[in-house]
Amino acid sequence: MPTPLTLTFKIWRQIRPDAPGGLDTHRLEGLSPDLSLLEALDVLNERLIARGERPITFDHDCREGICGACGFLVNGQAHGPAAETTVCQLYLRQFRDGQVLVLEPWRARAFPVQQDLMVDRSAFDRILQAGGYCSVNTGSAPEANSLLVSREAAASAFDAATCIGCGACVASCPNASASLFVAAKLAHLGQLPQGQPERRQRANALQEQMAREGFGHCGNHLECEAACPKGISADWISWMRRERWAG
Amino acid sequence: MSDAMTLDPRLPDGPLSTAWQRTRDNLPLISPSNRRHLRILVVGSGLAGASAAASLAEQGYPVTLITYHDSPRRAHSVAAQGGINAAKNYANDGDSVERLFRDTVKGGDFRAREAGCHRLAEISGAIIDQCVAQGVPFAREYGGTLATRSFGGTLVSRTFYARGQTGQQLLYGAVQALLRQVALGRVTLLPRRDMVELITVDGVARGVVCRHLLSGELEAHTANAVLLASGGYANVYFLSTNAVKSNASALWRAHRKGACFANPCFTQIHPTCIPSGDAHQSKLTLMSESLRNDGRVWLPALPGDSRPPEAIPEAERDYFLERQYPTYGNMVPRDVASRRARELCLRGRGVGPGGRSVYLDLADAIRREGTAVIEARYGNLLQMYERITGEDPRATPLRIYPAPHYTMGGLWVDYHLMSTIPGLFVLGEANFSEHGANRLGASALMQALADGTFIAPATVPAWLAGAPQPEVGVEHPACLEALAAAAARLRALLAPAGRGRGALPVDGFHRELGLLMIGACGISRSGPGLRQALTEVETLRQRFAEEGGVTDPAAGGAGGGLNGELEKALRLVDFFGLADLMLRDALAREESCGAHFREEHQTPEGEPRRDDARFRHIAAWEHAGDAPPRRHVEPLTYTALPPAARSYR
Repeated sequence: MPTPLTLTFKIWRQIRPDAPGGLDTHRLEGLSPDLSLLEALDVLNERLIARGERPITFDHDCREGICGACGFLVNGQAHGPAAETTVCQLYLRQFRDGQVLVLEPWRARAFPVQQDLMVDRSAFDRILQAGGYCSVNTGSAPEANSLLVSREAAASAFDAATCIGCGACVASCPNASASLFVAAKLAHLGQLPQGQPERRQRANALQEQMAREGFGHCGNHLECEAACPKGISADWISWMRRERWAG
Repeated sequence: MSDAMTLDPRLPDGPLSTAWQRTRDNLPLISPSNRRHLRILVVGSGLAGASAAASLAEQGYPVTLITYHDSPRRAHSVAAQGGINAAKNYANDGDSVERLFRDTVKGGDFRAREAGCHRLAEISGAIIDQCVAQGVPFAREYGGTLATRSFGGTLVSRTFYARGQTGQQLLYGAVQALLRQVALGRVTLLPRRDMVELITVDGVARGVVCRHLLSGELEAHTANAVLLASGGYANVYFLSTNAVKSNASALWRAHRKGACFANPCFTQIHPTCIPSGDAHQSKLTLMSESLRNDGRVWLPALPGDSRPPEAIPEAERDYFLERQYPTYGNMVPRDVASRRARELCLRGRGVGPGGRSVYLDLADAIRREGTAVIEARYGNLLQMYERITGEDPRATPLRIYPAPHYTMGGLWVDYHLMSTIPGLFVLGEANFSEHGANRLGASALMQALADGTFIAPATVPAWLAGAPQPEVGVEHPACLEALAAAAARLRALLAPAGRGRGALPVDGFHRELGLLMIGACGISRSGPGLRQALTEVETLRQRFAEEGGVTDPAAGGAGGGLNGELEKALRLVDFFGLADLMLRDALAREESCGAHFREEHQTPEGEPRRDDARFRHIAAWEHAGDAPPRRHVEPLTYTALPPAARSYR
């Protein structure tokens, strides 16, 4: 059996979007290093429930790093210290015995806190509604192989398309910019022949909607790339800039 | 067994190969100007729900879509790894609609309808066309055409894929089509809502009651047709590969209102998952089956051998799949691999915590082809395994164990995807579908998109074109009644009934239910085990009613506001009902077929024994209030290929 850990959690508690919040401290002993961080929160919640206290609210679902529901700051880092890892895939063996973990929600004006570690990321969906798609109705698609796509273009589009919409890029950006999220969608569709007819219009519409939602501009800080659980390159942000202003 | 109810599957007459086209040619249509008055309500935003909502909105119907997620992009279709089948024959290897059809019927062990399977195979090609047009970045050949691979033991290469994230990419395509309709004002998107009741008027589905997960408010939403696309119910086992909030509540609420539940005991267990360890483990993670192409499955030959795997010499290892199935070896179908692993673990031969895993060893493949090649082939998977377990699968064998993964059973639907409640349609994994008793790899995504993109958008309008329906607003007595019923359920769960009630976490009860179900109604089932589990589930359900329940410190017990425990409790109550029905179904089906293995029904070699004379039918269960549910039967006929027994020896 691996040696159990003792960890101290300082967790942001906030009952409503308009209520004040603050950090609560909880110490958990005897934690298996094979637990995930979210499972440690499950353990803590079971104790809170047994004491008649309100459990900690955090978004999560698939717990395998693909749905994008989970996400909060661990000691100031979006999704915690492990590279290319969502917080649901962060295991306690990452941490030292006796360590203090400060858990806070994403901080961005466009992502208002709903409760505790849960924020409202519907701004992302509104950005995509502005044009993050190929306008093709069901039934009007041509034969799939009538569109040839080189391996390189398909792979590059795929790399950008793996964005899970978790919001870590926004949370880690000093300007709370959604540039990496927007650039990833533009790069996914803009590199494929299917995305060409609406390419320019899409590039403008998504960036304008990003500004309307209250996200900031890119300041080339590039923390977004370091925080992205899917390792999406910030080069796409430069690519996006050219998309908008060229031609 | 009562057969007072007749199940009319509305199957087409005549030759199978033209049946769907002939059906569509005769479906009634609705004029474009009338469509805007006919609202369609969709529950669920996965592949089936998102594609149905988008496709119907494109036709001009106003659509309301309800999802428990904060964004439709998070639906669990996102987690599908392997790929999507389609009979395009791009590989020029002899594939055809006919072959995919036959493989589906055979794979389902002759417990699915021929007409449905044929339609699925016919539609499969158009699905790929649609997905490509949406911008799904499928894998490509050097010349720019679409790449395919062979998957799950099929002899042809018909699986389209986007690395190991096919479900994610397909879902994003469907969700983007959906969001386009939201932007056009044709789809009203209602996120963070759980369906808690179905609204019926004169026996016809006309809406749902849902609970807003942030405000806690109950809301009624009405429509002219209701589509459930809420996914499967593998979380009845608590630990499964499903997302932790995946639930059966929409299905179970509809079932209690009159929708028959078909083949609930047909659940698929996936052999290659990361095993459970800690008592607080919250889910099981799937490792793609493709690992079995290069990995050898083994256990120490000596029971209780506690040496590390590297220290066990070749002669003292039992490559049990290769030993028992010389032809297929490690590539035997999912259910066979799962059953053999479980048997040995039950006999104390298993390894890892609790003896609940077997080794999947890549060492030979690495020796043969080099670490770099194996790394390139399975890189993401190996990293994922390392991240979760802290062990390096390049240096030491992976430990795997079977886990519940997919549910073939679901609400009974006819050929038009309509349930036994008129106006209630069921799509994707939520219906009992074309997978029969066992689903083929890479067929779940195909079926979800077939239902949502092409079938429901043809059959739902045909239903709407039928009998004129009365206006039903949220003030209608049926809505008020459904709201009152839902409110009463919430009060019952929130009321501080006894001492200490609400102090026990809901998950504890759910975990117990899961252990019961995986033991009695998982990989292997027996009459005595199932009967005992029926009693135990009932005892647990009563205990939850007495000691369980939920407090709400945030809102002073009034049930308002965000309450994760209440969400769990509502889902668990529905899982209790479903667990009971699964056990009854497994008990009544006195045969072994597909994923359903009854220990009483096996050959001397331990292979399943199907009983076509008595069980070549779909079992559809009708809710009967406090009385036991009634089992109805829809016989299956096979004209295109005669039922044959599977053999992998």
